[in-house]
Amino acid sequence: MISPSVALAAAVGLPLIGCVAIWLLDKSPNLREAATLITATLLLVLSITVFLAVGNGETPQIFVFEVIEGLPLAFRAEPLGAMFGLIASGLWFVNSLYSIGYMRGHNEQHQTRFYMSFAVAISAAMGVAYASNLFTLFIFYEVLTLSTFPLVTHYGDAKARNGGRIYLGVLMATSIGLLLPAIVWTYAIAETTEFTAGGILAQHVDAAGPLVGVLLGLYAFGIGKAALMPVHPWLPNAMVAPTPVSAFLHAVAVVKAGVFSVLKVVVYVFGIDLLRDTGAATPYMWIAAGSILLASLIAMNQNNLKARLAYSTVSQLSYVTLGAMLATSMGVMGGATQIAAHALGKMTLFMCAGAIYVAHHKTLVSELRGLGRVMPWTFGAFFLGAMSIIGLPPMGGSWPKFFLMLGAADAGQIAIIVVLMISSILNVIYLLSIPVQAFYMNPAEDGAKAQGAGGKGIQWGNLKEAPLLCVLPPVMTAAGAFILFFCADPLYNYLAPLIAEAP
Amino acid sequence: MNLAAQLPVLPIITPLILAPITLLLPKGRAPWAWATIVSWLTFAACAFLLAAVEDVGVISYQLGDWAPPLGIEYRVDLANGLVLFLVSAIAAVVFPFAYRSVQLEIDDRQSPFFYCALLICLTGLLGVTITGDAFNVFVFLEISSLSTYALVAMGARRDRRALTAAFNYLIMGTIGATFFVIGVGLLYQATGTLNMADLHDKLAGQSNRVVDAGFAFIVVGIGLKLAMFPMHLWLPGAYTYAPSAVSAFLAATATKVAVYVLIRFIFTVFGFDFEFLGAAFTYVFLPLGLAGMFIASLVAVFQEDVKRMLAYSSVGQIGYMLLGLSFATVEGLTASLVHVFNHALMKGALFMAVACVVLRAGSHSIHAFSGLAKRMPYTTWAFIISGLSLVGVPLTVGFVSKWYLLQASFAAGHWYAGFLIVASSLIAVLYIGRIVEMMLLREPAEEGPYAIPRRDAPLSMLIPMWFLVAANIYFGVNTELTGGLASRAAEALMFMAGGAQ
Repeated sequence: MISPSVALAAAVGLPLIGCVAIWLLDKSPNLREAATLITATLLLVLSITVFLAVGNGETPQIFVFEVIEGLPLAFRAEPLGAMFGLIASGLWFVNSLYSIGYMRGHNEQHQTRFYMSFAVAISAAMGVAYASNLFTLFIFYEVLTLSTFPLVTHYGDAKARNGGRIYLGVLMATSIGLLLPAIVWTYAIAETTEFTAGGILAQHVDAAGPLVGVLLGLYAFGIGKAALMPVHPWLPNAMVAPTPVSAFLHAVAVVKAGVFSVLKVVVYVFGIDLLRDTGAATPYMWIAAGSILLASLIAMNQNNLKARLAYSTVSQLSYVTLGAMLATSMGVMGGATQIAAHALGKMTLFMCAGAIYVAHHKTLVSELRGLGRVMPWTFGAFFLGAMSIIGLPPMGGSWPKFFLMLGAADAGQIAIIVVLMISSILNVIYLLSIPVQAFYMNPAEDGAKAQGAGGKGIQWGNLKEAPLLCVLPPVMTAAGAFILFFCADPLYNYLAPLIAEAP
Repeated sequence: MNLAAQLPVLPIITPLILAPITLLLPKGRAPWAWATIVSWLTFAACAFLLAAVEDVGVISYQLGDWAPPLGIEYRVDLANGLVLFLVSAIAAVVFPFAYRSVQLEIDDRQSPFFYCALLICLTGLLGVTITGDAFNVFVFLEISSLSTYALVAMGARRDRRALTAAFNYLIMGTIGATFFVIGVGLLYQATGTLNMADLHDKLAGQSNRVVDAGFAFIVVGIGLKLAMFPMHLWLPGAYTYAPSAVSAFLAATATKVAVYVLIRFIFTVFGFDFEFLGAAFTYVFLPLGLAGMFIASLVAVFQEDVKRMLAYSSVGQIGYMLLGLSFATVEGLTASLVHVFNHALMKGALFMAVACVVLRAGSHSIHAFSGLAKRMPYTTWAFIISGLSLVGVPLTVGFVSKWYLLQASFAAGHWYAGFLIVASSLIAVLYIGRIVEMMLLREPAEEGPYAIPRRDAPLSMLIPMWFLVAANIYFGVNTELTGGLASRAAEALMFMAGGAQ
């Protein structure tokens, strides 16, 4: 068995080897897809190794090399990173199955480039997950941005060009313009960028000054991948990509890398004690709360299914930022569990959207009425995924909401609890209405009078589902979201070291 | 005679003595092959010299055994050892690269003259760097400049505008050189010496109009040579219309050497005892550096000609170097020296990529880059990687430069400068992104003036270009040579200048 420390570096390197293999197997699609799946399987094994080691209380770490004096490229796993790594690699495996079904079912061009970019992106995501310092995190953060650009502009038409321009523009502008100075500033103050329990800034800054708040703002907006309003426009624009990209990258790897980085920075760079004592996080907490509500309101008005899901993602990502900015241990716990729960839930929804598109070429919410009767598995999975996103039991998504409410209560922010409640109601309206209409209303084509409820029920003998590889993955992730509900206790204990320092 | 003892003079006399032989060689391959061999020999001499300097610290060589301050002294320390290494390394890469490009762009009968002039130019640049004598700087500066004027003018075969560009450069360059020599003359009047180390000793404590005027003349003179904003007007024309290989060579070396000379005069000749210096940092280098970073970069965004765009980008990048040295700290000076090295790598590679496009498309207009990824993938990716390096993406040299600069600004308390640095690199995202989008996401022209055959550049160009691209990545992850050496060089310079005050 490979040692967990080596597994850290291998998890970053392996997909790159896979990328080369995919390139070499350009001419034979079956072997090429086999290369993707084998890489994904091995990567999953590696991340499980790391995950279990961290669960046993070990701290796997590996020093790769020093780039600039005092700034090494190094990896170290802690509970949050190990969890993110496991989610990313596990869902990459599921998504690889789905990609094969989708890309073939849809006869896409440039499939080799597609799988290669995907492999580089997952390598970068693993690098972000296991980074042991801000410097390493930034390197992989940028690689993740660049490697996903070919995926966003996959179709190469004017719309894709425009989307790609905004995608790259916003992410580069925020990361170079705000995040990089923030990191260098941190380094200039603390003379290290190493993630340290309790934070590295605490001993070095004047707690009363404005510096903490300014730096936190640079991080909060500089990590554009967290899509905190107003730096969210890249996310809806990234929806021009093929659906597997939206499902995995823009619901899991890229956006979770963003909120994961925010959590990491808050917990290990500032330390929640520093933020609580200075109150520096409070303005950003309100911005996150505003982002939650505003994005939900925009989502309600989107008729395009993927656009609606994208704005829902913007809203849900701000839950994590909110949790971090509450600067209480329960808030951090809520943010951390939200990373896991939202990943499973939102990926389910996107994969369902893709399955609907492959099977029926429908992209608008208003076209989906009655479709549940011929695609019961897809819409069943959609229903479960939506429940989880909203936070209804018995789905995994209910726990983060619960922790966040506790965190808000701890912080004495009753208004935040109200925000969370309103947001859940909005979620019910714009997410649950989709499967409900799909199951209970007649298709629009049947004429105006057939719009009402009732009708023929599910036609089990006459299903028109997408190919198996497009349907099975969302069913798997929906089941995962269900199982997560019963794993709250182990997950809490696993992540407990994250908040151990805080009283 | 022991060759090792003569090592410091070898980088100069090798190209100087061997260059005229090019003229005697028959037209065709021979002059190029000879010049390439000479450039490699020179590079070997510089590499050995750098290794020797790393061992002993400072090497002093007395030309003709005449003792300084009367005789001319070659004085090599880490700072100019690094620049010598850089310039000769770029030459060793560009010379082999030049053959096909020059074959296309230059009249066959001129090729012996061309390679001879290029070698002389190299000699001049190395001479400026190595010498420890203020007047000798002027001599070598003129050697390199005169040959550069000729080289730029040789672009006239493709585009007649090269002649006016060369003339413009000639006038501006001569004004610069004249200012410089007037400044050196004033210092000589005040001190009676021309040796830099000796000047430093004798200037200590002197503050009078003669010295102040000498300083001002020297700064303006070198400022013209290094295209310090707003004295950069000669540069875009010269780089745009020069033969492509010349652009690649000059962009990577000429302004870098001038930046080195500026550093040498500020920190070694004048030093912190000189009262005028503080004002020069605050009111000249810092604002002009920032202005160059923004204005020139913004101008670059709107260029329709890729070579001109890269030229304006160079003016902007020189702003970073000025900014770094204007902090007058070890960190700032380190950042400047690192960026001198790193910018040479990225701009060299970028101009080489353009040279490849010119070879196939016959144009360096932005339209020739449309859909290039489908026609010349290796050239395209070389351009993209070095472009990302220019922007400052991690794992490239550009990121290392940016990191050092940012760190220096925060450490020096100029936090606003830190934000201006990243803001101006976002402008680089715009002008590089524009070309990258053209290359990747547009369709290539099927007919018309910008149609390109589906054929990448020849290996003789691809290999040197990718060698530089690889250097962009190698020095982006291993900064022992650049960062480590530059910080030691900066410490030595600051120590000589009188420590951080």
